[in-house]
Amino acid sequence: MKHIVRGALLAAALALPFGAASAQVDELKIMAPAAPGGGWDQTARAMQQVLQGEKIVSNVQVMNVPGAGGTIGLAQFVNADKGDPSALIVGGYVMVGAIITNKSPVTLDQVTPIARLTGEYEAIAVPADSPLKSMEDLVAALKANPQKVSWAGGSAGGTDHITAGLIAKAIGVDPTKVNYIAFSGGGESLASILGGKVTVGISSLSEFDAQAKAGKLRLLGVSSAERLPEAKDVPTFKESGVDVEIQNWRMVAAAPGISPEQKKALNDTIAKMVNSQGWKDMLAQKGWANTYLAGADFEEQLAKDITATKAILKDIGLAQ
Amino acid sequence: METFAALGHGVVVALQPMNLLFAFAGVMLGTAVGVLPGIGPALTVALLLPITFKLDPAGSLIMFAGIYYGGMYGGSTASILLNTPGESASIVTALEGNKMARAGRGGPALATSAIGSFVAGTIATIGLALVAPTVVDVAISFGPEDYFALMILAFTTVSAAFGSSVTRGLTSLFIGLALGLVGIDLQSGQARLSFGIPDLLDGVEVTTLAVALFAIGETLSVAAAGLRAEEVIEPVKGSVFMNREDWRRSWWPWLRGTALGFPIGAMPAGGAEIPTFLSYALEKRLCRKPDEFGNGAIEGVAGPEAANNAAAAGVLVPLLTLGLPTSATAAIMLAGFQQYGLNPGPLLFTSNPDLVWGLIASLFIANGMLLVLNLPLVGLWVRLLAIPRPWLYGGILVFATLGTLGANPSLVELGMLLIFGLLGYVLRRYDYPIAPVVVGLILGPLSEQQLRRALAISVGDPIVLFQSPIALTLYALSALALFGPLIFYLITGHRAPVGADED
Repeated sequence: MKHIVRGALLAAALALPFGAASAQVDELKIMAPAAPGGGWDQTARAMQQVLQGEKIVSNVQVMNVPGAGGTIGLAQFVNADKGDPSALIVGGYVMVGAIITNKSPVTLDQVTPIARLTGEYEAIAVPADSPLKSMEDLVAALKANPQKVSWAGGSAGGTDHITAGLIAKAIGVDPTKVNYIAFSGGGESLASILGGKVTVGISSLSEFDAQAKAGKLRLLGVSSAERLPEAKDVPTFKESGVDVEIQNWRMVAAAPGISPEQKKALNDTIAKMVNSQGWKDMLAQKGWANTYLAGADFEEQLAKDITATKAILKDIGLAQ
Repeated sequence: METFAALGHGVVVALQPMNLLFAFAGVMLGTAVGVLPGIGPALTVALLLPITFKLDPAGSLIMFAGIYYGGMYGGSTASILLNTPGESASIVTALEGNKMARAGRGGPALATSAIGSFVAGTIATIGLALVAPTVVDVAISFGPEDYFALMILAFTTVSAAFGSSVTRGLTSLFIGLALGLVGIDLQSGQARLSFGIPDLLDGVEVTTLAVALFAIGETLSVAAAGLRAEEVIEPVKGSVFMNREDWRRSWWPWLRGTALGFPIGAMPAGGAEIPTFLSYALEKRLCRKPDEFGNGAIEGVAGPEAANNAAAAGVLVPLLTLGLPTSATAAIMLAGFQQYGLNPGPLLFTSNPDLVWGLIASLFIANGMLLVLNLPLVGLWVRLLAIPRPWLYGGILVFATLGTLGANPSLVELGMLLIFGLLGYVLRRYDYPIAPVVVGLILGPLSEQQLRRALAISVGDPIVLFQSPIALTLYALSALALFGPLIFYLITGHRAPVGADED
């Protein structure tokens, strides 16, 4: 049924007058390859709100195709929206890992990357009464016996797990020995950290923020290059001598097989959105950092991330 | 005293005409989406989030609270009348509720579910207002090993309570456990039993399985029986409302359901399904007329319905006190809070007391509103069953398919709905119970994950499973549930009133 609807949409798109030579984008449909409510869905809906609110694009639709770290949505996007200049997909770093671990038949090579929009950094937290006071203490504990250090985080192979693996590797500990405990939701993993059931917790900084401010959790480090404005007294991993830097970014990409002009039009549209006051307000309201990166720079960064992720997932033992 | 002053102030906030309107819109929307299988309150709140941004925080959060409670009410209406559980927490309600509806007692079933939800919701909301900080400390102290023991208790009590034969019940349970293995394994990230089909990577959706087994399976049975079927559905027999006997039989199950639902709902990995299972099993044990279970016992509706509404309020405990979202809806409500720059958590009660107490007060109001709206509608709802059978079942089929596809528009999902529907027909045809399949699908993955977490944290040492006092208590209760009837028999020489004599 969906294919019929999509076909109809495609036909409608094709029926639009081709004479409009200007690079104006009049309508967009953004796929959020996740269920409503999550980060990708919120990003897609934030884009919709700003693009329409700032009158950059008059008609923007969001559709959700949830499942398997975004790979189900991605597969559908690549197959059904090929060559459609009005189709966009939201994605992020989690997708990079999911494509590898799920052995997804489609990859990010098959879409046309447009821009990285926002990002979050990972943080490590311990309960306030934990004997671990600093990143150095954690490193020492890991070196003594990596299996005694249990990590609570999101699903296996996700950003949290990858970061834990990278930390082990950076300090010369076998990443397959990382005792990683996967939880399905942020609430459950946070509860196990607060309850002292695990040694450390790893997640995006925003998940820990409220607890840290209330003095229930202590933050040992963050995965950014510089200290973050929202957590000025928390050192970066690098400051503590652990050479790991990782950003859980979110991006927007276009369909495969679009022309360079169409790609440029989409690039311009997104650039206009990012520079608008509406987008700045939206980021401030959601507490998202602006990590906008477009064009060749983004493509280079993406390729680098894919290679590094493949390597670490192999090291953790989740990919061949 | 301070609490009551704060709550009083909250009531004033929630009683403002504009906020009452939001609460009303919320409960109406919630009831509507609760009735549709597959589309739940989580999806609705998520879709409304961008729209409500323009409203003031109090108003929109009050509306979300209405949707949340309304969804719970709507789910049970569909379960009872159409045997189509709209939410996974109302699956148990369908067992006895639908039997009652077919025997012309749909009115009392709907009434006990509405009043029970009101009673449970009210008590649990009071609990939320008064003892949230204490409850949350206990809830947080539950580790993976304790959750595993809780699952064992659920397994032992539930398996004793379903069906007429232990072998048949276990067969059904194992089908459910096998289905629970499908998809990406959370701990290792590897796909299991997905046969290279990407849509199976996320596993089998509980509502899809429940709707297929209950609604589609039954439609197929009815169609297969054709003209030979003699069963007549009577829309109303006796009073539309509850009689004195119904009241007497509902009162304790409501309270017991609340006592199970609120604390388990407050646990970060508790959820609303497990208390409904436990409540059903408990009521069956305690019922003076156990043979009525399976044929429409009102206790089997009253208890689980109270349990699921109490659990819904319980879920708000970790959300408001710690900022821990422990259900899909709670996660989205958290996003709603954050949209207004509020961070639920240890500081919310002190930093935004108006809002928190306004929300709690609006839960009371939403609850009362739902009762007022639903009770008069009972008479109207039960007329649904007067629809001629071919049309009624045709309608159920359309309704079940649309609801499932609306939640996840995928061909594979539709295929699963039909295949599980056929499975439901076959199970019915050969007299295997349906509910244990769904129970297996829900409890299997939960217990597996908790067991593996406990063992991973202890680096493989199984002793950890028996070290916590909470776990040991739960194991003792499981042993009692399993062997209690046998011991009773050995001591008295009489068969236990329920349980052991089932095979």
